[in-house]
Amino acid sequence: MATESASALSLLESWLTSRLSTEAQAWYDEKRASLSCDRDFYIAFALVPRKLGKADLIPTEDEGAACTGWDPSNWTVDQAARIALLLAGPEASFIGRLEKLCATGDVGELVTLYQALPLYPNPASLAKRAAEGLRSNVVPVFEAVAHRNPFPKRYFDQAAWNQMVLKALFIGSSLHPIQGLDARANEALAATLIDYAHERWAAGREVNPELWRCMGPFLNEARLEDVNRALASENRLSKAAARLALGAAKFPEPEEGEALSWEEIHQSLAPC
Amino acid sequence: MSEDPSNSNDPIKLIDPHVHMSARTTDDYERMAASGVVALIEPAFWLGQPRTTVGAYMDYLSSLVGFERFRASQFGIRHYCTVGLNSKEANNEELAEAVMEILPLYLQKEGVVALGEIGYDDQTELEDRYLRKQIELAKEFDMVIMIHTPHRDKKHGTSRTMDVLEEHGVDPAKVAIDHNNEETVQEVLDRGYWAAFTLYPNTKMGNERMVEIVREYGSEKIFIDSAADWGVSDPLAVSKTFRLMHERGITKADIEQVCYHNALACYGQSGQIKEEDWLNPLPVDQRNLFHGNSVLRGGQTPRIDEDSLIIE
Ligand SMILES: [Zn+2]
Repeated sequence: MATESASALSLLESWLTSRLSTEAQAWYDEKRASLSCDRDFYIAFALVPRKLGKADLIPTEDEGAACTGWDPSNWTVDQAARIALLLAGPEASFIGRLEKLCATGDVGELVTLYQALPLYPNPASLAKRAAEGLRSNVVPVFEAVAHRNPFPKRYFDQAAWNQMVLKALFIGSSLHPIQGLDARANEALAATLIDYAHERWAAGREVNPELWRCMGPFLNEARLEDVNRALASENRLSKAAARLALGAAKFPEPEEGEALSWEEIHQSLAPC
Repeated sequence: MSEDPSNSNDPIKLIDPHVHMSARTTDDYERMAASGVVALIEPAFWLGQPRTTVGAYMDYLSSLVGFERFRASQFGIRHYCTVGLNSKEANNEELAEAVMEILPLYLQKEGVVALGEIGYDDQTELEDRYLRKQIELAKEFDMVIMIHTPHRDKKHGTSRTMDVLEEHGVDPAKVAIDHNNEETVQEVLDRGYWAAFTLYPNTKMGNERMVEIVREYGSEKIFIDSAADWGVSDPLAVSKTFRLMHERGITKADIEQVCYHNALACYGQSGQIKEEDWLNPLPVDQRNLFHGNSVLRGGQTPRIDEDSLIIE
């Protein structure tokens, strides 16, 4: 197995060991030992939450630090166990198992499978699978790919990346948890998002202030008028976002007004 | 806007334990949530148009545990389902064999509360064969069974279904017999099964008759559902009947048994539906299954905006 997948597997299993009851661990070990039978694997995969529970993992600082390039902060015990069982099976049939699980997955399973994309063997080959997750209308499934996940920034081409950002705005999801948002700013995305903002304004709707972050260095003279419109809006978060966008593109920032970070803007936007 | 007719401060809590939401609109979800429905069960059934490939069947089952569950969550309703091969499509032998192969992939998914709805339609030989095979599957996976009783030759078909269940050694306490009427209820209760009643305009039960059934047979093992689907049906049937029973003097305790607790007790035997799921959900379920703009958060008064409570 690819070394990254192997080390993820041993990490996940060590976390499970420190969290599972003796009985739950015994169940896991038994299933782990019989992965060569397909039927048993799929049934075990489905059974994980009822056998091991769905408590949040809440990784310790050390555990979090051990994850190079992926973020387990929102993971749960059943998710860790499911991915461990998937990674522990024979690598030759890995893709077949992943595809079948995606085709038959319930909401919880799909979230689990997509958030673990960067841990799979040969992840570069999975960009299409990831894009399929983004096409889902189930918001938590979309977010399992888009949020707290290094997969898109590493493996998406520009078109897939841009579609993801636009869809996030479109479905009312947030941008801040998308990894690589600043580094992957691009001219085509900036142009698309300006069009999107015009469409929203024409319909008398608000624009998510996080949109302005995606202008990055592509905020040019021609787009200044739009950012100034955000700056002049009633919404304090839009004003603060416009300030940040101006600063990021090396335009002079207005002297007055509230200075907030993208993090603070995101927190203020969060629904609850 | 209507107040809770029982005049208590507790919000109304209703479960519709048999409703085919895939065939319904978001308006229905909105009205169901507003009328007090906190959870519902969507049994796998046929779609009016027969499926001809196992792939179509799989996509349907996937949507029951996937997209439909999410759709319900947007309205603050917890969505559960049952999985099984229905009696109509059991008559396509090639399809039925293929579906039997893939059913185990779905039976143990989260929120699958029973194997069902299974039973007889025309009471053919093939229907009988796949009923029996699925009863054995339910035993293998220790599942509750949801039985669909036939529209035609109902009394005999219902007795026959119970005979078959008993022949296979199934515990009646783990079976809900659905679509009962005045003719079947006595035997179903006497034999120890849960007796479900479907308030479905014109073809099944009307709710004035339902009130009388509760008066006569009590509330111990009886519950009601709408079975609303793609036909002329009423997704508010449970809440209308809740109110009608109150108007006609059924006690609050009996009403709550019939509209909430009994379905929970029956399908709760699966371990896959619990009151905490909606009263005090796990953090991960809060993240994944209470998404979007719930219409009934923060204690709004449940309401029914229909003119008449009567379903005939
Ligand atoms: Zn039905």
